[in-house]
Amino acid sequence: MQDMTLGTLIAVFEEMFGRWLFWGLVAVALVVTAAYLYVLIRDRAMSMHKFLWAQIAMPFGAVAAVAFVLRITRSGLRDIGGPIDVITLLGVAAMGAVGIAVLVYTAQSLARPLVRRPKT
Amino acid sequence: MSRRVELTTSRRGVLGMALAGAAAAGLGTAPAQAALVRSSARIVIIGAGAAGTAFANRLVQRLDGAQITLVDARAEHLYQPGLSLVAAGLKPPGYVVSRTTDWLPRGVTLVAEQAAAIDPEAKTVTTSGGQRLEYDFLIVAPGLVLDHDAIEGFSLDLVGKDGLGALYAGPEYAARTWQAASQFTETGGVGIFSRPETEMKCAGAPLKHTFLIDDIASRNGAAGKYEAHYVCPQSVLFSVPIVSEKVRMLFGERGIATHYGHTLKGIEPGRKLARFETSAPGADGEAVKSTVEMPYDYLHVIPPQRAPQVIRESGLSWADKWTDQGWLQCDMQTLRHLRYPEIFALGDIAGIPKGKTAASVKWQVPVVEDHLVAAIQGREGTAIYGGYTSCPMITRVGRAMLVEFDYDNNLVPSFPGLIAPLEELWISWLMKEVALKATYNAMLRGKA
Ligand SMILES: Cc1cc2nc3c(=O)[nH]c(=O)nc-3n(C[C@H](O)[C@H](O)[C@H](O)COP(=O)(O)OP(=O)(O)OC[C@H]3O[C@@H](n4cnc5c(N)ncnc54)[C@H](O)[C@@H]3O)c2cc1C
Repeated sequence: MQDMTLGTLIAVFEEMFGRWLFWGLVAVALVVTAAYLYVLIRDRAMSMHKFLWAQIAMPFGAVAAVAFVLRITRSGLRDIGGPIDVITLLGVAAMGAVGIAVLVYTAQSLARPLVRRPKT
Repeated sequence: MSRRVELTTSRRGVLGMALAGAAAAGLGTAPAQAALVRSSARIVIIGAGAAGTAFANRLVQRLDGAQITLVDARAEHLYQPGLSLVAAGLKPPGYVVSRTTDWLPRGVTLVAEQAAAIDPEAKTVTTSGGQRLEYDFLIVAPGLVLDHDAIEGFSLDLVGKDGLGALYAGPEYAARTWQAASQFTETGGVGIFSRPETEMKCAGAPLKHTFLIDDIASRNGAAGKYEAHYVCPQSVLFSVPIVSEKVRMLFGERGIATHYGHTLKGIEPGRKLARFETSAPGADGEAVKSTVEMPYDYLHVIPPQRAPQVIRESGLSWADKWTDQGWLQCDMQTLRHLRYPEIFALGDIAGIPKGKTAASVKWQVPVVEDHLVAAIQGREGTAIYGGYTSCPMITRVGRAMLVEFDYDNNLVPSFPGLIAPLEELWISWLMKEVALKATYNAMLRGKA
């Protein structure tokens, strides 16, 4: 198996986080995504109100993700050295933003299901 | 897919990184697992380090019925690239240590003894406990030994005290090295960073240690009160010219002084003096040797490195090259012994011009596997090792440069166009800090 395959990549990630933590994180991500899809299908509509809160959470998610990654890698913004570093950091921020938005939206929807008011 | 393309893509595996996920997604499916080859061959592997363990795991995935025996008395497995991090206070010593048996697949026998003698004519290995193991194929992977005794006045008990460091000696010594180095980064003075004149594993490690301690000193109590001197027997900083030039420029920017042609011969720990033999061309072109003493507040020692005794005594070493070091005589593309075709070298022991890194092992293992399985099947193998060697060169806490090259001193970047080689980047630091150990472990399991 000389090539870079999905299998190799999974093996590397398993070693990186530990098998249980890695698959645990994958499971959490899958559960949240499934819950998100569930509420979307259940409600058959996006609640703009909940979406607003989700959007407000996004910058916090972005900053938290960047801070987390810098912290666990003992580095700081001064270490950003080239375009690829900026791209990677933006990617981390984007994942944090989207992740928290989905989470916030889903949590609200599960806690307070969309109530369809009868049309008057 | 051509062999060339295969090799290029698999380099990503060496560094295996989240980023590679995107690239890997394109490569998609796993290659069909080669069918198991039936064999009753007796295969003995000397050494259960990076190379021996990775190879054993690959073999059990390839062969059915072969009798695979690993010989190694060491109960602990060491992830040696982590030593540089331990010696800079970035990781605890336990980061480097696991158990040899944690990595061994079912179906191989571990003989927890040292190989004491090899008889290539009779095809036997005798262990320190007196067992006689007969083999059809022998994989020699005992790594190398550190010759601390070659440095007069030095002993490992001194490490950590009076400004002495020696991070190669193992996790405890790396931690003690940090004790001495951290004091230097607070109080300052003269720091001397040395390297040996022999071949060595991870030739980037002496440079990394210099960069890291200089960086930490410049941010701590020693700021403005210290000097860093890099002292080496060679006339260049790195064997690959383009890398050497880059490091020379970085040393210049950072104010790290360089002394070429200086070989560490002895120390006087009480007086904190290091003695170097210098060699410079005289008027007639002949090298003129002399001795210089340099006072230090922190001295990092990396001793000369040689093949283990058992190899040097077995008649398997080169007779006309590295005669003071004894590396195994083998073909540089197939790693097959030049006189005994059933013997292969793997890892640091190989008498080849490059390749004493764990990343090289990852490239060597499939090549030897190919030739060994081919020999079992009565054909010729085709895989070739091109000298791939890699060493993420940390230039400070938070940044590193990817340095990957081959026999021809060409740079062979894993992520061309994406991650520039020889550029100080945060992403390259991430690879060393986060992804390298994971990739190494996956390699040990025969999965990368
Ligand atoms: C400080 C430092 C930093 C490094 N940094 C990097 C890096 O960043 N990247 C990288 O790719 N590589 C790096 N390396 C190099 C890498 O660790 C080695 O190249 C790699 O471990 C070589 O594998 P090996 O199996 O040949 O030897 P080893 O992993 O050393 O294993 C040899 C094994 O053989 C056993 N043995 C010895 N003698 C006998 C005997 N007579 N009988 C039986 N068994 C025996 C030993 O007990 C040991 O278990 C670094 C090394 C050091 C020291």
